[in-house]
Amino acid sequence: MSARFQARLWVAQRVTAMILAFCVVVHLATIILAVRGGLTAAEILARTQGSMAWGAFYATFVVAVAIHGGIGLRTIGIEWLGMGRAAGWVAALVSASLVVLGLRAVVAVVA
Amino acid sequence: MSVARNHPAWWAFMVHRVTGIALALFLPAHFWLLASALEGEAALENKLRWTEQPLVIAGEWLLVIALAAHLAGGLRVLALEFLPWRDWQKTLAALAAGFALAAGLAFALAR
Repeated sequence: MSARFQARLWVAQRVTAMILAFCVVVHLATIILAVRGGLTAAEILARTQGSMAWGAFYATFVVAVAIHGGIGLRTIGIEWLGMGRAAGWVAALVSASLVVLGLRAVVAVVA
Repeated sequence: MSVARNHPAWWAFMVHRVTGIALALFLPAHFWLLASALEGEAALENKLRWTEQPLVIAGEWLLVIALAAHLAGGLRVLALEFLPWRDWQKTLAALAAGFALAAGLAFALAR
């Protein structure tokens, strides 16, 4: 694993962390407001369906979390599970899966 | 307990890592539930009714705390790496824990 690649992963982890810090604050506020008086599908979809703003927000959130989660799990795979290079491939698979599952969920609530 | 573990920075690191794993494991289920809206509002509503069980609500409460803790812990890491605040570690760790607890309580009271 080259030092340059490690440095790129470090930068990607920090840049996505900064994006996610904003997204998570918005998400926590939305969760706490949305669950007041119970959570219904109609309430969620009324907010999200046809909204370009929520669509763009959640798509950004999904891509950032997929990259951030993948890099984090790669580190854990190396440090705690002794996976070596395999950790990178597993993490890439996890990231790709999270992007697909996450964007599918965004389409489901926005389109 | 070793000296290294009996230190706020070690606990901050461990909480950040454990909450990160919990959130990564939860995400596919979260996306899967939301994607049920592809089959219509009723399908999403059906899954949301399932989440009204006390144990599921308790799990959601823990996840909201985990998300808030991971956010606060992440902001702590960014502050330590990008700002000259090293002497403030304990204060930052305490603020991180306080924010996580406050978000969790807000969710518990609102749900």
